[in-house]
Amino acid sequence: MTITFLAEEIAESLPPTPRQLTLSRALNHKGFITGGAILLLLAIIAIAAPLISPHDPFAQSLSTRMLPPVWVEGGSWEHLLGTDQNGRDYLSRLIYGTRVSLTIGLGAASIGLVIGVTLGVVAGYFGGWVDHGVSFLLTAQLALPGLLLAMALVFIIGPSVWVVIGIVGVLHWTYYLVVTRAATQRIRNLDFVAADRAAGATSGQIIRQEILPNLLPQIIVIFTFEVGIAILAEASLSFLGVGIQPPTPSWGLMIAEGKIAMFYRPWLVVLPGLCLFILVIGANLLGDGLRDITSPEGRN
Amino acid sequence: MLRYILQRGILALAVAFTVSLATFFLLNFASDPAYSIAGEDATPEVLAQIRETYGLNRPAFVRYLDWLGSVLQGDFGTSYYWNKPVAELVSDRAGATITLALSAVMVTIIIAIPLGAWAALRPNTLVDRFALTVAVSAQAVPNFWLGLIVIILFAVMLPIFPVSGDDSWRHFVLPAFVLGASSVPAVMRLTRTGLIDVMQSDYIRTARSKGYRGFTLLTRHALRNALLPVISVLAVQLGQKFGGSVITESIFAINGLGRLALESILGSDIPTVQMLIFVFALIFVAMNLLADILNAALDPRIRIG
Amino acid sequence: MTSPLLEINNLSIRLKVPSGVLHAVRNTTLTLNRGEALGIVGESGSGKSLTAMALMRLLPKVANVEFDTLKFDGTDLGDVPEATFTRDYLGPRLSMIFQEPMTSLNPVYTIGRQLIEASVRIGRMTKAQANTRALELLDRVGIPSPKARMAQYPHQLSGGQRQRVMIAMALMLEPELLIADEPTTALDATIQTQIMTLLNDLRREMNMGMILITHDLAVVSENVDRVAVMYGGEIVESGRSGDVLAAPAHPYTRALLTAIPHMGGEPKRLGAIPGTVPALLQPPKGCVFAPRCAHAEPRCATERPPSQGDKHHHRLCILTEKTLAELPPAVPSDPLPKREMAHEVVLEARHVSRVFHSRSGLFGPRHEIRAVDDVSLSLKRGETLALVGESGSGKTTLSRLLLGLDTPTSGEILLDGQPVEAMDGLRRADLVQPIFQDPYSSLNPRRTLADIIARPLALRGVGTVRERQLKARELMERVRLPDRLMHSYPSQLSGGQRQRVAIARALVTSPEILVCDEPTSALDVSVQAQILNLLVDLQAELGLTCLLITHDMAVVHQIASRVAVMLDGKIVEEGPAAELLANPKIAYTRTLLDAAPQFRPTETPKMEATS
Repeated sequence: MTITFLAEEIAESLPPTPRQLTLSRALNHKGFITGGAILLLLAIIAIAAPLISPHDPFAQSLSTRMLPPVWVEGGSWEHLLGTDQNGRDYLSRLIYGTRVSLTIGLGAASIGLVIGVTLGVVAGYFGGWVDHGVSFLLTAQLALPGLLLAMALVFIIGPSVWVVIGIVGVLHWTYYLVVTRAATQRIRNLDFVAADRAAGATSGQIIRQEILPNLLPQIIVIFTFEVGIAILAEASLSFLGVGIQPPTPSWGLMIAEGKIAMFYRPWLVVLPGLCLFILVIGANLLGDGLRDITSPEGRN
Repeated sequence: MLRYILQRGILALAVAFTVSLATFFLLNFASDPAYSIAGEDATPEVLAQIRETYGLNRPAFVRYLDWLGSVLQGDFGTSYYWNKPVAELVSDRAGATITLALSAVMVTIIIAIPLGAWAALRPNTLVDRFALTVAVSAQAVPNFWLGLIVIILFAVMLPIFPVSGDDSWRHFVLPAFVLGASSVPAVMRLTRTGLIDVMQSDYIRTARSKGYRGFTLLTRHALRNALLPVISVLAVQLGQKFGGSVITESIFAINGLGRLALESILGSDIPTVQMLIFVFALIFVAMNLLADILNAALDPRIRIG
Repeated sequence: MTSPLLEINNLSIRLKVPSGVLHAVRNTTLTLNRGEALGIVGESGSGKSLTAMALMRLLPKVANVEFDTLKFDGTDLGDVPEATFTRDYLGPRLSMIFQEPMTSLNPVYTIGRQLIEASVRIGRMTKAQANTRALELLDRVGIPSPKARMAQYPHQLSGGQRQRVMIAMALMLEPELLIADEPTTALDATIQTQIMTLLNDLRREMNMGMILITHDLAVVSENVDRVAVMYGGEIVESGRSGDVLAAPAHPYTRALLTAIPHMGGEPKRLGAIPGTVPALLQPPKGCVFAPRCAHAEPRCATERPPSQGDKHHHRLCILTEKTLAELPPAVPSDPLPKREMAHEVVLEARHVSRVFHSRSGLFGPRHEIRAVDDVSLSLKRGETLALVGESGSGKTTLSRLLLGLDTPTSGEILLDGQPVEAMDGLRRADLVQPIFQDPYSSLNPRRTLADIIARPLALRGVGTVRERQLKARELMERVRLPDRLMHSYPSQLSGGQRQRVAIARALVTSPEILVCDEPTSALDVSVQAQILNLLVDLQAELGLTCLLITHDMAVVHQIASRVAVMLDGKIVEEGPAAELLANPKIAYTRTLLDAAPQFRPTETPKMEATS
């Protein structure tokens, strides 16, 4: 027996800890780094909006309406990305639009997280009729035409940032539910949960201290994707006129406002769309990256 | 098999009616329908009059049962806004949307499945990276914006397809592409992961040990297994295309159900909105049921319990 | 005899893995004659399966295969192009069956289609011929009513039946060489024997060569002519199976033989091999076994071991014939602590039943499964009671009931005289603790070892964090884990080390009873011995009472004082271990005993002479 002890003592150095592995994978993952950098940059822009925007995003000026960006003929350095129909500085509006998108993305994704994770963990852990009930709820939610219902509700309740956050959040929890339910079902059948129960742990303790920490990486991954999805949902609602209302600078709304002039002033539509694209692709790259990093064995 | 389909069918109906109940209460509690009919600045007397006429002063649950009863008898109510039976409105507009949804899913299938399969057979190569790039980008593009960009491109620079209206099949090419593109990432990723999983399975190893390789291995042993989950997801996508048609139809000026929905919402026409949501939910559950049946037909583990 | 059927010289396989290049198989040389059976034995990671996969060209693209010669029936396979190989070799000349019968058949196609398709595709048979042949073979491998089975799907067959179908499929074109990769590992003991007998009979009937890949020396000793022992990617010893098993000439083989619990005679302390199987990211400078070898000399770590012996019995080791002759025999010899017969009952099941209900779908008929059926059982202080049965016998369900993880449908369970149901979870946990089969799932991957071991204390709010850590350290010492591992995570540990952590956690609250559900069946033989020894020691040190759930009669013989045999949810026989193993009263127990591989190198004359 002493031999055993000694031999394991002198065994070569340990493999790296899970945290070290995750970190080294993160640093070597191009998508993760790119996505993270995009989001970080946009977050800084959103926070520092008053400091960096060259003009007041709400200040109208009828004399300088629909100026083109600086690189198009007729553009000026005064308005780098030109002005909109009301003569407001487009760059400043785009910068403030980052705030709207990020607020709604983070807010709605958080609401969805609370609903979806709660339902998913409860269904996965308790199984039986609870699970049947939640699955039924899931199918019903999937059957609902989400955008249509969101439009109707926002329109009826009256549009505001908070209403949009609430409604988009309440309608986007199925992804969390599906993933956490399956993961909880898998984890609850693992022996370490049985060991914990055998050690006297209650269901609450098991869920909070054994299951949730193991779900965390997946929840973060979904959260990242859902931020992107919620941002697009808000943009769609605002584009259709049943989301953020003027004069608040929302990218979706800016596209809708620019639509009338899109054939001869295409940048009015292209620029806010690009902003949306970059922000959402940042979130998606980050999410894809996080998934690769936290579960290296299963890409996608 | 028959019992399985029956079970799925009953479940589908239950889901559809749960959806209608949820929608009814959401829409009726979120607003006072009387206001919607009379307008914001109506006097209390007018409102009371309207409530009396439309039976709005009865409890919501009674009104739901009433609504449900009429629906079951084939009476889908009358639109306040269009002053027409809702059933007529829906049937007039359904054709365009069905065409759009089906062709959109065709677009998805044509792009996503070959690309996903190709990527799965050559994981971590250029092909795979390309497929992944397509998926990540398509996921991040706002669909309405893609529509506008397509219109700008095709109206101005490449006028081969019309960008507005629904008169001929050529009118549906661009909208179908735009609506179909939104499903490409999900379907492509699922095809890719599904096929990768199958190719790594023990029964593919068995087939390889019997001398199967390459294309024969794929068609004779891998494809059916890999496509089972894709069928389900395609059904879900098709079901959601109807609800998702709102944006595409309004951008490309297609006179279908999506546009009807948008106009009804903006016109505060709650009965029409409610009926449309119910119809879309019905279509969704019907598609799901179809997928279940297809899966059962293709997978003996479901067919023979 | 002319040229051998198979000749492999200096086969090496390298695998690209995320952390580098794994030198999985190195300089492996093998020959196999027509009609001969060769056993390749090794623990997990020894490279035994990769060798076979390389031969079948089934390795993934990340594998790099090199060899000097790879001849099949005189033809150099290195020169055979892929298309010719898949058409003319795979099936008619070479065939393989795999370990996982449950997943090795395609779930969406019928048995019949899978049996006949390959032969028809390559034009060896017409559809009708293939059909006839398939029916014949199904009948021959012991599938009842073959005709009906042909139209069925894999999920409608049991694991044993599916393995029979796999065998029939491999034999469709009468291959000259059949490779069987752990063909019985996933099956119950009684079925294992049947499948091995079947394979052996078929091999003789068809005069096939066979390579049997296994981790189980006992399976080899009964079924093959020659054996090659692989360790760390090399063949360390090979020769006629009788010679290798009776007079093992490599320290690894010797150690392995002492690590296996034997059925006959008084149980002896197992000779555990310290440490774990190496992962070879660099080819070893010296002998690959040196770090774990009891006879290692300094030069073993720096020089490649010499190749010694002849082709009848070959080894890769510095030990000379002379030193070998002086070594004690390779059998466990130290006595185990005496087992005392106990009387005081600590855990008792009274007429316990557990019924599960299942429905096929929402409105389908209800099925009732009596997993545990009117079982009465008592566990006495200080004893080790073995609960034996095959999969599906209800033994794990019973153990969960005894642990309080599940409640019986009827009957009652008394723990220290009190009904377990009425007991507070923490109180119950102070009395009885589990050890599970799979050490990879029994530890929370996101906690450190100290955290995992101290978790039961944290649940009780005992002491400060610091005090709990000290206690964890104390327990790690008790289970012989170095305390530098305290802050590492389960993923950094080997299977054996993880099982020690699980044992430490079970002991932290000083329970009276341990319920061990197949505690060693997921581990390699050498590691199993470490854990069995540890359990025996702990029991002696702490006066523990053990309920051991197992399917392995040799393990029962090794550590149990009493045995209860379970079949279809019922206890069918119960008695003192020595008595029951020697004279089973009922037929089922006898079947189980007969099915347990009768591996007794102690009985060979040669060993008698040396000891």
